[in-house]
Amino acid sequence: MGAQHVSLLLDGPSRIHRALPEVKLAAALVFVIGASLTPRRAVGPLLADLCVVAVMLHVATYRPRQVIARLTVVLPFIGLGLLMPFIGGGEQVEVGPISVSSHGLWAGWNTIAKTLIGFGASLVVAGTTPIPDLVRGLGQLKVPPVIVAIISLMFRYLGILIEEMGRMTLAMTARGYRPRWLWQAKPVASATGALFVRSYERGERVHAAMVARGFDGTMPTVATGAPDMPASQSMRSERVVGAVIASISILGAVIGAFGVASFRHTGG
Amino acid sequence: MEAQPAIELEGVSFSYPDGRKVLKGLSLAVSAGERVAILGPNGAGKTTLALHLNGILQLQQGRITVGGLEVNGANMAEVRRRVGLVFQNPDDQLFMPTVGQDVGFGPANLGLTAAEQAQRVGDALDKVNAADFVDRTPHHLSTGEKRRISVATVLSMRPKVLVLDEPTSGLDPLGKRELVELLQTLEPAQLVITHDLPFALELCSRSVIMSGGKLVADGPTANILADRDLLSRHRLELPFGFEINSRPLDPPC
Repeated sequence: MGAQHVSLLLDGPSRIHRALPEVKLAAALVFVIGASLTPRRAVGPLLADLCVVAVMLHVATYRPRQVIARLTVVLPFIGLGLLMPFIGGGEQVEVGPISVSSHGLWAGWNTIAKTLIGFGASLVVAGTTPIPDLVRGLGQLKVPPVIVAIISLMFRYLGILIEEMGRMTLAMTARGYRPRWLWQAKPVASATGALFVRSYERGERVHAAMVARGFDGTMPTVATGAPDMPASQSMRSERVVGAVIASISILGAVIGAFGVASFRHTGG
Repeated sequence: MEAQPAIELEGVSFSYPDGRKVLKGLSLAVSAGERVAILGPNGAGKTTLALHLNGILQLQQGRITVGGLEVNGANMAEVRRRVGLVFQNPDDQLFMPTVGQDVGFGPANLGLTAAEQAQRVGDALDKVNAADFVDRTPHHLSTGEKRRISVATVLSMRPKVLVLDEPTSGLDPLGKRELVELLQTLEPAQLVITHDLPFALELCSRSVIMSGGKLVADGPTANILADRDLLSRHRLELPFGFEINSRPLDPPC
């Protein structure tokens, strides 16, 4: 049970762990927007931003190894940035023995620096804020309740649906399914469809469970752990039904799509 | 003089839109604090019945009252406070990011203040012996823990009737034991839908058998379980090696 951890949380504690989630979210957002609007030739400010990110990661108790491991998520962008000097056109400059595009060099620097800044900032927030707090923070920042409800349900059901996909994959592997070529992908597509339907039905059952506890279409403000929450904002009933079912079933479809990738590990 | 029943059904019938008739004129009364097992084969309409008890499925024919209050559109909020429904799969029941928020979901829907909600959450978690779980994520709990939390999510609404749909499914023997001990301590009347006959015998002094949308037997659990013919006519049987005397055991309540 619960083998799939969806959490990126660090043990902490640190100053950043203790900060209010809405403050962290807003600060990270403003910081990333600011960095992405910085002109690429403003090397100083961008370097300063990178230093800020590094310091924050350190304060958040990240170890370098953890940061590098999580860097894999943004590797495609960094790879692209490294490639740009060689594929860019225009004026060429000599860097040691090789000649590269000056335009591409700037574009590559811009891509890599801003990727790292955005990546680092999200890592700081993700590593220091439990997801329930993040969801609450979004509510505090007046993100529409429908969106908050969708994010909250997605978080809740992500692990369950990944496990469900894992079980289906295992059941297929156990009966000798080892896809190697694209034309063998049909069972994966069927499994994805099945997961979508199952997720949809789960969405309906979850909605019934909500209604059974007096849910009337208005997402209530549950006070636990946050006694100073603002008054509840109302969502129209039909939008909530849609939100519940859609968020769980979309999640099902997305995880199903990733099922193809999971065969690389189990079916290999 | 006997107080009015905690929940009473009179001639309840229900068909699904595809014409399948699932409930056929079902009548049942459960007294306050009584624990009744609803036994029956798959497809007997047990879950459909449960969904009627707090108005998730709309009544087509017949009448249901909860402590004298009729189940209808106008009374729905109060009916849902009085009848706590615990679904078969705890992953359907627990949908909030943390245990505490989930247990607080019902009280929040009742419009209680933050302080009252916190009080209810604390009480309910204490009752199921899970006070430490308040900030945990449901996904990381064991099935037995999830089941106990599911019970807490309805206890926090202080219901008069608990309806439990297959509460032992997926539980290991120890988990089942803990659940029996927990349910025995709870005050509300309980309607326990189950195929688990030893569990029914231990928890409920009275049982009914539901088959083909009707109640076909109603009596002390020990008597019903001792009637092998009755059980086998309705696709039920005691686990291998079990034998029950026809004389009722001393019921626990």
